[in-house]
Amino acid sequence: MAEALLPLWEVFIRSRNGLAHKHVGSLHAADAALALGAARDIYTRRGEGLSIWVVPSNAITASDPADRDMLFEPANSKIYRHPTFYDVPDDIGHM
Amino acid sequence: MLYALRRADDALILGHRLSEWCGHAPMLEEDMALTNIGLDLIGQARLLYTHAAQLEGGERDEDKYAYLRDAPQYRNVLLVEQPNGDFANTLVRQLLYSAFAHPYWRAMSASKDATLAAIAAKAEKESAYHLRHASEWVIRLGDGTDDSRARAQAALENLWAFTGELFEVDRAERGLIDEGIAVDPASLRAVWSKTIVGVLEEATLQAPASSWMQTGGRSGRHSEHLGHLLSELQYLQRTYPGATW
Repeated sequence: MAEALLPLWEVFIRSRNGLAHKHVGSLHAADAALALGAARDIYTRRGEGLSIWVVPSNAITASDPADRDMLFEPANSKIYRHPTFYDVPDDIGHM
Repeated sequence: MLYALRRADDALILGHRLSEWCGHAPMLEEDMALTNIGLDLIGQARLLYTHAAQLEGGERDEDKYAYLRDAPQYRNVLLVEQPNGDFANTLVRQLLYSAFAHPYWRAMSASKDATLAAIAAKAEKESAYHLRHASEWVIRLGDGTDDSRARAQAALENLWAFTGELFEVDRAERGLIDEGIAVDPASLRAVWSKTIVGVLEEATLQAPASSWMQTGGRSGRHSEHLGHLLSELQYLQRTYPGATW
């Protein structure tokens, strides 16, 4: 299977009670229409979803795992960024 | 009852043919797709056999219909028993069948027989997808490489003569049509032709010119292929009669 003829696509599915499309896997397909069909056949067999996105894998830019410390560690110790210091009166309910 | 049996046999035999691709499709995604379509069809067959059994009111159930009838008792159209051949042949066969099945089931959801109408509501959505899947592939095979176009064209030449049978009506069926239970296939021909012509045009394929059509499946006169198919399908039940697990 030449990669050029059958590129890799990443599949995202939004489930019945979900709000966001979640990544569920990948597949090979010749073009977008076939990729959508293949995603329906492979990833929605058990009623997993209501909406499918397929994205060519090479359209996705991912962060480098080696940069993990640089990118994410500084945010861990900055509790002033979290909105958790308010006293919410009970009457307001869930917020 | 015979009417339901015809449709059930169509679905079972075509579903079985598609199951023969399991593990052998050219790519993993198509292995899933073809077997999924096969499962959809076998599901339709089960519902239709069960309905036929109810109408017959005797001892038979879906398993007996499927496993204990011989080829002359099967009433499927000849198209569905044709061998898979190559991928192009299978997809062209699917296109020719599903382009009929989809409008057929859509019309059948207005059937006066409530069970058939309910089966039709489900089968319509399934066959809509089968049609889309087959259309997309036939377009790509036809408007593809020289090899794929040649194979797709050969498939058309091979299968075209079996399409006329989809539109046959005999006297018994005419009665059911008048009662509003069955749908007149002649009313579906225009839609079928339009679909096929549209797909073939985009696929840069030629519809064969010949109008001579094969016939016989609906009265149990089958090609040699069905015998071999049934010997595989029915092997287990024939060897160990009454086996369950």
